Amino acid sequence: MIQVRNLNVDYFGNSALQQLDIDIPLGYSVGIIGPNGAGKSTFIKALLGVIPRRSGTILVNGTDISQVKKDIAYVPQKSDVDLTFPITVRDTVLTGTYPKLRLFRRPGKKEKEHVERCMEMVDIRDLAHKQISNLSGGQLQRVFIARALAQQASIFFLDEPFVGIDLVSERIIVDLLKKLRKEGKTILVVHHDLHEVEEYFDKTIILNKKLIAFGDVDTTFTSHNIQSAYGASLGNVQIKGLGGVQA
Amino acid sequence: MIEWMANMLNVPIYALNAGLSAIILGVVSGVLGSFIVLRKMSLMGDALSHAVLPGVAISYILGINLLLGASIFGLLAAVLIQFITNRSTIKSDTSIGIILSSFFALGIVLITFAHSGLDLTHILFGNILAVPKSELLQSFIIMLIVIAVVSLFYKELLISSFDPVVSKAYGLKTNFYHYLLMMLLSVVTVSSLSQVGIVLVIAMLVIPAATSYLWTNKLLHMIILASVYGAACGVAGVLISFTYNLPTSATIVLVGVTGFGISFIISPKNNFFKKGLKVH
Repeated sequence: MIQVRNLNVDYFGNSALQQLDIDIPLGYSVGIIGPNGAGKSTFIKALLGVIPRRSGTILVNGTDISQVKKDIAYVPQKSDVDLTFPITVRDTVLTGTYPKLRLFRRPGKKEKEHVERCMEMVDIRDLAHKQISNLSGGQLQRVFIARALAQQASIFFLDEPFVGIDLVSERIIVDLLKKLRKEGKTILVVHHDLHEVEEYFDKTIILNKKLIAFGDVDTTFTSHNIQSAYGASLGNVQIKGLGGVQA
Repeated sequence: MIEWMANMLNVPIYALNAGLSAIILGVVSGVLGSFIVLRKMSLMGDALSHAVLPGVAISYILGINLLLGASIFGLLAAVLIQFITNRSTIKSDTSIGIILSSFFALGIVLITFAHSGLDLTHILFGNILAVPKSELLQSFIIMLIVIAVVSLFYKELLISSFDPVVSKAYGLKTNFYHYLLMMLLSVVTVSSLSQVGIVLVIAMLVIPAATSYLWTNKLLHMIILASVYGAACGVAGVLISFTYNLPTSATIVLVGVTGFGISFIISPKNNFFKKGLKVH
């Protein structure tokens, strides 16, 4: 269980998240949805301590999250990474093994073989020697997913993994996430739109600065909750699995 | 040993000293400079190299080791720059500008105040032809230390430069590595004072690393090439300045930047001809 208690986050002096209390059970795939600026990315960054929290405690199975961070693989948005860095695809994936290597220890044969398998799983082995700025959006996202796999974590945080990628890449990533979920991993995904929510996730967290709703997709992902999160900004749209949303 | 080598190579001792210290400087600044360039800290490096000046003056006045005084002031400058940036809406380039110039000014005042044998021109521009043997040895030891530290912390330095967000997410103390590099930078600046002086240290840190960056797709290759190129520029610069009686440090820098210019145009990675003008 990931227990979030009394989480408040400020962003440049403005309140980005207010008074969040959620108990996320482990072993599910969870979609975090909400309108732009709702604090979805802020939420996972605050959990990981990448941005400071004004208040709040985060426990993973009763242990403070700072003690178990090596067991959480984080896939940030592409814009957070320096793509011009002199690093190849293979070496990027290899950095995924760093969190669990001790200080002064370099990745050895075992880690390198594992990296090959991770690249295989998202079908990027033929790109292994390329510098990462020479990849398409979808290929790059698969590299970051492979890096997360290389970490051998039990919890995965992904920030908008499906933005700006091709259909083949999306399919590969979705299938992989489902496979991880079957292996009992916990997957938190910031999701940028309201499509495919039912297909991709077991549970949803609906956010707009505050927690609007959290629970199983069937009971949480309702037109009422979406309406409260998005308000008038949604307008009159049809969303698969949602029925009609009337503004 | 230096005498013996000078005999073997049939060159004057001061020339051999100059050559060796140019090689050492090239290697050490290639290693460190690669991280400075990749972490977008060129300006920060410039600031730090200027900010050690008051440290040099105070060490001289108090009669303590130059490296100690300079490292303290280098780190102090790094901390202050971070402090101003974090505690206000002033952008980091401005806080760097403020700290760089004020520390430098303080250094000039202190040196003048000391009425000492410290020669400001010597500190600012270096004199590679007058590097004493003790300093040569010191530079050599510092080079070994820098290489050792970078090898030991290689994976942490790589990941915190490449992806600071993910590094933080998995619990890496990114600040520690920032200040570790700042510390090495201060020490290297001081050890290269006699060779190239405060003003041109930054050129040695940035130019070989940037040139090497244009040819490589791996960090390790970039570091090695930058070191080799830095050392080669050093030797070529010394030779050219001997032959044509030019100021050595400036010649080294100009040799380096010539290679950068050529690389900029012909490196396949930069792709100058195909790319034309970058459209933003």
